Amino acid sequence: MRPLTVHRLLWKCSILAVVLLAVMLLALKLGAVPISVTDVLLDLGRVVLGQRGQLSTEYRLIVFELRLPRILLGIMVGAALSVAGAGFQALLRNPLADPYVLGVSSGAALGAILSLIASPHVPLATPLAAFAGAGLTIAAVYFLGRREGQLDSGTLLLAGIIAASFLSAVIMFLMTTLAGRDSRGMAFWLMGDLSTPLPPGMRWIFVVGLLAATAAIYSTAADLNLLLTGEREAMHLGVHITRVKLVVYIAASGLTGLAVSVSGAIGYVGLLVPHLMRLLFGTDYRLLIPTSALGGAITIVLADTLARTVVAPTELPVGAMTAMAGAPVFIYLLRRRLR
Amino acid sequence: MNSAGPQATMPVTQRPDGDRARPGPNEVRLGVEQASYAYAAAGREAPLFTLEATSFQARQRELVAILGPNASGKSTLLQLIAGALKPLSGRVQLDGFETSRLDPRTRAQRIAVVQQESSLLFSVRAWEYVLQGRHPYGRGLRFETEEDCVIVENALQQVGAEHLRDRWVNQISGGEKQRVTLARALAQQPLLLLLDEPTLHLDIGAQVGLLQRLRQLAEENRYTVVVVTHELNLAAEFADQAVLLHRGKCLRVGSPAEVYNRELLEQVFEAPLEVEIGPEGRPRVTVRVKRTASAG
Repeated sequence: MRPLTVHRLLWKCSILAVVLLAVMLLALKLGAVPISVTDVLLDLGRVVLGQRGQLSTEYRLIVFELRLPRILLGIMVGAALSVAGAGFQALLRNPLADPYVLGVSSGAALGAILSLIASPHVPLATPLAAFAGAGLTIAAVYFLGRREGQLDSGTLLLAGIIAASFLSAVIMFLMTTLAGRDSRGMAFWLMGDLSTPLPPGMRWIFVVGLLAATAAIYSTAADLNLLLTGEREAMHLGVHITRVKLVVYIAASGLTGLAVSVSGAIGYVGLLVPHLMRLLFGTDYRLLIPTSALGGAITIVLADTLARTVVAPTELPVGAMTAMAGAPVFIYLLRRRLR
Repeated sequence: MNSAGPQATMPVTQRPDGDRARPGPNEVRLGVEQASYAYAAAGREAPLFTLEATSFQARQRELVAILGPNASGKSTLLQLIAGALKPLSGRVQLDGFETSRLDPRTRAQRIAVVQQESSLLFSVRAWEYVLQGRHPYGRGLRFETEEDCVIVENALQQVGAEHLRDRWVNQISGGEKQRVTLARALAQQPLLLLLDEPTLHLDIGAQVGLLQRLRQLAEENRYTVVVVTHELNLAAEFADQAVLLHRGKCLRVGSPAEVYNRELLEQVFEAPLEVEIGPEGRPRVTVRVKRTASAG
């Protein structure tokens, strides 16, 4: 018997944090213009020591104004999508739940696009509309996924996949008929892309929203462990079911909305990462939420680095990389479940 | 939290919550007073199933068996006792508190329920499963204390499942899973232990073992135990009281000898039965089968 302790939790998270730092360094180094690790480290050291002026202009531009903001955006988006995925998996009691597979990301993207069409200059409109789109989609999928009053795993996935393709079609329609109104285009919203930096006004909203929603989900971690054994059983073990489900529903939709409003619908991260973390660290949500956040960050930064470098100087959307890795995992999990 | 159940049609009176004194050993611990319930398909439609007013009382160390054929309302009565459903009329009280009005956390500290089936989405080890029983006592992320671990060890020992501690729950047999689930209920340190058809899928040896263990636990830990079961003879052997339900009606409450009336049981279970009283005054039920002449 080895119950989870704070010590063990922090130890496992620090391992992942070190990996994340290494991946960040790699991502700073690699790209169309390669920069040696020593140079990156020296430059970072100078920034820390407040000697920013000594950096060569060229490096500063590439490393600190192009690559670093993109990496930081990737970290936040990856963490948000992975925690949302883990949350949806517990909420729906379905290990295949993921914001993209269930159509929630497409719902958020549609919300964001509609807000850009209706009121392009209101700063908070896009993330809020994306949040609303995510919340409405998951509610619709939840009710479509029920059979005879019971949530049915297969029906739920079908409902999600159909919602995703319907919403994608609406997005394509809007983007085609209203071309030119939004600079980001169809590929951004349907596949996800990290090349658009966060608008300065969005930065703090994004960070605060991400931390608040993750903390909200994390506060229910012990309850989610029990929710996975079934609602009635969890209730008999003292879980306040309605409250926990409401918190996770709002927070996971919020995380999806935030991520999609700045990076489009990046797929499969919410599926891939929590499962990988379960394989590595077990199924306890008290470990799973923080490790998924870190693992999601690592995954997206790696995927984006690959997307930037494999066909350099052209770039792939990061969503193409995650889908290439995630879709086979989805099929593997689906088949293992059907056996 | 809004419970999805129908609204009470009768005003429910409640004892003032200030009185927290524990009753003495011989006072009533569980009181079911005229409790009824109705399931409806939707809002104003006629109910699909009704459990009519049911009453019985149980003290600590008592084992009550709820008997009846399928769809007689046994599980509904159990959920009413557990406080998961709110009675349409009447009330269910545990030490003077209405069970359906307790918040989930307090309720789980006082009532443990062993369900018929439980499915795990991701497998856990037996000790982790039993540790779930400590959930109502923790706060926040609930990092387990030394005390929790000791309680888990003791619970596993009490059900004779120490050897299963490090096994995966989905890789042990039905009988072993049953014992681990019972250990989880013990880890809740409840006053009231409720079991919904715990003998289902168990062989006769495991069934007798389980009932003997429940009897012993009721004695040692001063639990009040309520068991829903189909096993008439096991109930007759181990229960202090039997509650006989039929199509949502409570037909009789009393000692097994009082409840096990041949005509009554034949009518309820729709089978030709024979009831004899054993040497210790406990009834025994056998099936009467008419042989055709050619078979003899």
